Amino acid sequence: MQLEEIVAQAEAAIANADNPQALDDVRVQYMGKKGQLTELLKGLGKLDPSERREAGQKINEAKQQVQTSINSRKELLKAEELKAKLEAERIDVTLPGRNSAVGGVHPVTQTIRRIEQFFGDLGFSVKEGPEVEDGFHNFDALNIPANHPARADHDTFYFTPSTMLRTQTSGVQIRTMEVEKPPLRIISPGRVYRNDYDQTHTPMFHQVEGLMVDTDVSFTQLKGILEDFLTHFFEESLQVRFRPSYFPFTEPSAEVDVMGKDGKWLEVLGCGMVHPNVLKAVGIDPEKYTGFAFGMGVERLTMLRYGVTDLRAFFENDLRFLKQFN
Amino acid sequence: MKLSEQWLREWVNPAVDSNELSEQLSMAGLEVDGVEPVAADFHTVVVGEVVECGPHPDADKLQVTKVNTNDGELLDIVCGAPNCRQGIKVVVAKVGAVLPGDFKIKKAKLRGHPSHGMLCSFKELGLIDDHEGIIELPEDAPVGKDYRDYLGLEDHSIDIDLTPNRGDCLSVRGIARELGVLNRLDVNEPEINDVAAKIDEQKAIHLDAPKQCPRYLGRVIKGIDVSRPTPIWMSEKLRRSGIRSIDPVVDITNYVLLELGHPMHAFDLDTLQGDIHVRLAAAKEKLTLLDGEEVELDDDVLVIADEQKALAMAGVYGGKDSGVTVESKNIFLESAFFAPDAILGKARRFGLHTDASHRYERGVDPQLQRTAMERATQLLLDICGGEAGPVTEAVSEKHLPERANVKLRSARLAKVLGVQIADDEVTEILQRLGLEATYNSGEWQVQVPSYRFDIAIEEDLIEEVARVYGYNAIKAAAPAAQLRMTDRKEASVSRHTLTNALVERGYQEAITYSFVDPKHQAMLFNETAALTLPHPISVDMSSMRVSLWPGLAGAVAHNQKRQQAVLAFVETGLRFIPDESAENGVRQEPVLGGIRAGKAHTEHWSEGERAVDFFDVKGDVEALLEKTGEAHLFRFVADQHDALHPGQSAAIYKGERKVGFMGALHPQHEKALGLNQRAFVFEIELDAIAVRRIPAAQPVSRYPSIRRDLAVIVDKHIAAGELLAAMENIGVKQLVDLNLFDVYEGDGVPENKRSLALSVTLQDADKTLEEADVTEIMTQFVETLKSEFNATLRD
Repeated sequence: MQLEEIVAQAEAAIANADNPQALDDVRVQYMGKKGQLTELLKGLGKLDPSERREAGQKINEAKQQVQTSINSRKELLKAEELKAKLEAERIDVTLPGRNSAVGGVHPVTQTIRRIEQFFGDLGFSVKEGPEVEDGFHNFDALNIPANHPARADHDTFYFTPSTMLRTQTSGVQIRTMEVEKPPLRIISPGRVYRNDYDQTHTPMFHQVEGLMVDTDVSFTQLKGILEDFLTHFFEESLQVRFRPSYFPFTEPSAEVDVMGKDGKWLEVLGCGMVHPNVLKAVGIDPEKYTGFAFGMGVERLTMLRYGVTDLRAFFENDLRFLKQFN
Repeated sequence: MKLSEQWLREWVNPAVDSNELSEQLSMAGLEVDGVEPVAADFHTVVVGEVVECGPHPDADKLQVTKVNTNDGELLDIVCGAPNCRQGIKVVVAKVGAVLPGDFKIKKAKLRGHPSHGMLCSFKELGLIDDHEGIIELPEDAPVGKDYRDYLGLEDHSIDIDLTPNRGDCLSVRGIARELGVLNRLDVNEPEINDVAAKIDEQKAIHLDAPKQCPRYLGRVIKGIDVSRPTPIWMSEKLRRSGIRSIDPVVDITNYVLLELGHPMHAFDLDTLQGDIHVRLAAAKEKLTLLDGEEVELDDDVLVIADEQKALAMAGVYGGKDSGVTVESKNIFLESAFFAPDAILGKARRFGLHTDASHRYERGVDPQLQRTAMERATQLLLDICGGEAGPVTEAVSEKHLPERANVKLRSARLAKVLGVQIADDEVTEILQRLGLEATYNSGEWQVQVPSYRFDIAIEEDLIEEVARVYGYNAIKAAAPAAQLRMTDRKEASVSRHTLTNALVERGYQEAITYSFVDPKHQAMLFNETAALTLPHPISVDMSSMRVSLWPGLAGAVAHNQKRQQAVLAFVETGLRFIPDESAENGVRQEPVLGGIRAGKAHTEHWSEGERAVDFFDVKGDVEALLEKTGEAHLFRFVADQHDALHPGQSAAIYKGERKVGFMGALHPQHEKALGLNQRAFVFEIELDAIAVRRIPAAQPVSRYPSIRRDLAVIVDKHIAAGELLAAMENIGVKQLVDLNLFDVYEGDGVPENKRSLALSVTLQDADKTLEEADVTEIMTQFVETLKSEFNATLRD
């Protein structure tokens, strides 16, 4: 057979090979140990030496041509195979992913964390205290003597005449000042309790108490820090007003109202300058040091921030409610 | 406290409307809670006179009347009220009138008789919820006058929520004084003159407890007629101030109480035996109160007594036997100053909060007794007739409160407020407040009037100045302080971090009440006593939690009832363990607790669904322990707990200290807790996991690690955890990882045994491990397992 004819046959066979095995069979058929082109090379010896060189060269060129074709066919088949494999591995990327569920932090805790962050940045440290409190820390040291009408306003849960569930986090002020001396900057978040239950009262709720005592702490600074806080907490410049009020442990005392969306004033916290009797009770000289204190209702702030309308929802732990804050 | 705005304006009448007046009060620290009209809307209601009145021919209970309303002709009106009779002045809703509740008056026929209007009761006009027949007006009521104008009903009832320090404001007089200060207006005090004695009769008064009662005024008034009606101007003022008209004597004492802020009391003179004694009660002394209840007094309760017995609880409540009734002719009127300390707490103790006790507890002007007495006497004589005796006054001057003399320093004022208010302005404010202030080189010496008994120290004056100056006129400024860093301990793990660790694993943070149902608690914690609230909101909120589990189980039950399928809650907070040796008799331990129930995760298209199990929850706990950086210090040991499934519960130890518990809630508790599925709980003391290891870095080995697997057969009851611990405790320094990857029971493993497959990863810090080294180490492991656990190698 003529060399050209063999090459043509081989090319045809290569083009027909539709998988790697078939292609390899073609290679063996033409280029293997007994392949047709190999056999032609073996036959060179029979030729006249003068022709041998030229003939050998032609056969080698033919071999090379066939090999090149095989190689490119191989690449093509590989590419097609990969393509088919990838096609087979196609998935619906819109199906839901796995283990994506995360839970959430309770909205009251979220508010407490934000408050801790705002005041923490100003150097206020977080202090905690006991919830079963004694009369000294919950009342006496806060300038609320026994039988004071302010005690009756507290709807206290008593265990005994001298122990109770704390009605305010202000007791932590006292516990802190008993062991630390000015300058003091603390906030104290936590649960407090009042014996009252209706749409606007739950027997347990949260307060954050704040206290700053230093040599030149003044009412203007109390106004400054609270206005600053409210603006940052609500992330808008709300109308804020300070209204004179009375707390036995501060004087002057104020309640702070913010203007609600409905144009009505809403009370959000109570505050004042620490009463000199409170400072004296913990051995701080009120002539040298002055201080301010404030107490904010966490639920009230949370309700205003997120538009919650029923206070009681905070303690039902209904997932349909809680998940809205995740 | 409610007050009529018109009444207030009789005393001081600033040129501001009701809203601004309320705003002024609120911004001065007298918080206005509400402003309500004193009457609902109604119109075309006039004063009339019943000219004729006779029985209805066809109805027993109806009467047929002719009523004059000054319209030229008499109105035919059918009326069903028993008190309807000829000659009385009445309130007529004419045809076309609209009464509260959109009730329209039209021409009608009642049992065949025409009726052109209606005679009204207080209830029909929405004035008071009282239906004792139609309103009877005084004889001098002008026929035809619009009833709203007649009564002056364009008035408001202002509800003021006073803080306990402002006892001086519990009256028209007190509030008027404040409004005068705020508006720079003089207050028109009514003229109160001494009433001359017409009779001589007196009662001797003995101050047996002068500290508690330093001043007591009494007066005999004889020949009064209690059956006379209270004049409408008075009953209306009382009504608009939230007080019901009872009889003229009670009404007059209430009127003086509201007008001047001074409580009064009247005794039926004819029931009194001998002299009056103001004394402390004997222990267990009995007193029958006006409402008929008998109370047993304590020896710190001040009483008004005659020579026989206690008559009244001083400043709190009157007694039944000496009370004034409609038959009383002669009375003994009291006007006394009781020290607040003597009254404080008594009303509460006996559950008798009254308008009098409210004022005496907060303080009453110690110089006001005579004024009040004269005022009440004059009103009594005017309304009930009678003749008054002289005023008898018993006083112990040395026990009366002294007028305070308080110093205010200009520099202190500026220091506390942070603003410098001009001295002249301060002087002016003090004077407006009625405080006699003398200024001398940066200081005021302030003489406090007797009615401002709340002012005792410099801060009180600072507050007064700030309040009148206006809190909102004081500027705001940022606090100034030295910049000092606060502790941010690297080793502390905050509860936020711990909560977050579980939140990221799907938990929702819950906040449950600290008081739980004692039945649930007793069921779950048999042997743990709990602190109980004597006066809880309800019995099921009366037991202080000894664990977070009851509350968390409640949260799960609530949500299971609402078709929630995947439930995982975490909570942090205190648990309360009674302990005599702890402060206030209770250990208040911060803990972190969790619960899971229902499905392990939301049903997924590739994995289907399964119920949550012990090891899901244990994995969560282990993840939490990883936050400490030293999870290896913790171990789980099978243990029993009343609340938990006996075969699925573990104590959590940190070293030798038991720091928590976890497991499946005992199935026998599920129903009582309202759970419909298996629930798994855990609780760990926060201080055990609130500390994190500070890393101490070690060089990383450059040599390859080698893994060998080991399968051993051991008795089923052998705890895998102990086996792993034993291998770790050998102290092979090349051991870098030990993992239990398979547990097998069944074919090929003898009964009551199981196969545990472990992977051991070894690496040396200084060299590549040779086969011989590995074999030697593995032999050590196998020998330990054989000797300690009777383990055999599985082929």
